[in-house]
Amino acid sequence: MVEHIVPATLAEALEAIADGKKEVIAGGTDLMVQRRKGAGRLPDFPDGLVYLFDLDELKYVRKTADALHIGAMTPLEELLKHPHVPNLLKTIIAEMASPALRRVATIAGNIANASPAGDSLIYLYLIDANVKLISASGERSLPIHEIITGPKTTCLTKQEIIVEITIPIHRFTHERFKKIGPRRSDAISKASFAAAAFIEEDIIRDFRVAFGAVSATVVRCKDIEETLKGTRVDALKEASRSIIERYASHIRPIDDQRSNKVYRKTVSTNLLADFIATL
Amino acid sequence: MESIEFVLNGKPVSIRRHPSARLLDVLREDFGLKGTKEGCGEGECGACAVLIDHRIVNSCCYPLAYARGKRITTIEGFAGTPRYEAIARAMGEEGGVQCGICTPGMIIAAESLLDENPKPSEEEIRVGLSGNLCRCTGYNMIVKAIRRAAKEGEGLW
Ligand SMILES: Cc1cc2nc3c(=O)[nH]c(=O)nc-3n(C[C@H](O)[C@H](O)[C@H](O)COP(=O)(O)OP(=O)(O)OC[C@H]3O[C@@H](n4cnc5c(N)ncnc54)[C@H](O)[C@@H]3O)c2cc1C
Ligand code: FES
Ligand code: FES
Repeated sequence: MVEHIVPATLAEALEAIADGKKEVIAGGTDLMVQRRKGAGRLPDFPDGLVYLFDLDELKYVRKTADALHIGAMTPLEELLKHPHVPNLLKTIIAEMASPALRRVATIAGNIANASPAGDSLIYLYLIDANVKLISASGERSLPIHEIITGPKTTCLTKQEIIVEITIPIHRFTHERFKKIGPRRSDAISKASFAAAAFIEEDIIRDFRVAFGAVSATVVRCKDIEETLKGTRVDALKEASRSIIERYASHIRPIDDQRSNKVYRKTVSTNLLADFIATL
Repeated sequence: MESIEFVLNGKPVSIRRHPSARLLDVLREDFGLKGTKEGCGEGECGACAVLIDHRIVNSCCYPLAYARGKRITTIEGFAGTPRYEAIARAMGEEGGVQCGICTPGMIIAAESLLDENPKPSEEEIRVGLSGNLCRCTGYNMIVKAIRRAAKEGEGLW
């Protein structure tokens, strides 16, 4: 018999998935749509399902001295209204799906779904977020780029669930997010761009750029970023062209029904040029 | 199969149905509440919107498992309340209803918005309605209707 389990506690949930067979579901905004069978029919979950969204112990936002800890089942709409959530993340969430979907959609679901167009991912890469995984036999914490292993794939085992997302607190003087999509809401990104910088007395102390939906996973080039730290703002602007050329080789969009390659690449590099120009 | 209990349109109910069943199907088939519509069935149109603990959710992507212990209100349960009357009247006066398919979802979206923010700006109304598609009116009339409802129904929210 295919088991469907609605656990009352995290411990029960871990026990339920310990056989390594069942799937888990958070808010269901990806999964209920991907597995739908049409009106009046049950969606398709042939291996059994464990329902996580109502686990209150995974709904929290806690601030410590150097990080923000987000419980995996906190709905996006709650993050949008929470006083501790950084503005750049709020800007991104405000452009995700719609208010009705954000009442149930979670960052954990966005991560585990691992779509190259997942909008929270670009932020998590940009600020070096960590993701905490728990199974019945232990826990581990990994940076987001190790969690996502490719388009639609992650390093999670079927005995593990995401329980927390840790967002380090940074100081930025400049922040930018831009999503290019067909409609204001409910839009899957054609291309997205996030950047942040910390400038002090005209010197670039921190410079980060991430591109979404232009490659198999979010693109961030820490080696390029490192070489730009310590330069003066005017020098950075003068070097804008060569910086863009260095990024260009990492932007390898695919053609799909949503947008074409050339368009995605041009938009992405233009967004970078614009960010540098406005520092 | 365990029974799942929740409050539907103000009354406690209990149902034995598979936990993965779409709330939309349970409302329409088991409870006969046909005011909740299926448009796209994939989260994009808002025709299936209901209030869960008084906030808008799309019932086509909501598994019944999560209904347990919640307060769920469909358009039928909201109809007849003074708030409903204020929104419905304004929709009529501003020409916000044509074929009517999107209307229950629009009214649910308006209630969720006004309950949270009784004096929304035009931009806030557009955001509040951003998950609801209307193929007939072009939205401006609906936005106007919600502004009007907020004004004429002042004190209700
Ligand atoms: C109309 C529409 C518009 C959308 N617009 C956007 C958009 O603009 N931007 C965007 O990024 N996304 C968008 N999405 C996709 C979706 O809403 C997001 O990816 C959302 O964050 C998924 O969260 P969820 O809780 O609903 O995930 P679910 O559907 O519950 O789960 C998604 C996946 O994650 C796994 N999972 C969930 N929780 C855990 C956990 N704790 N541990 C391990 N695995 C887990 C599930 O097994 C499943 O594979 C849209 C979807 C729809 C239907
Ligand atoms: S039917 Fe649910 S959003 Fe369209
Ligand atoms: S009135 Fe016809 S879809 Fe809105």
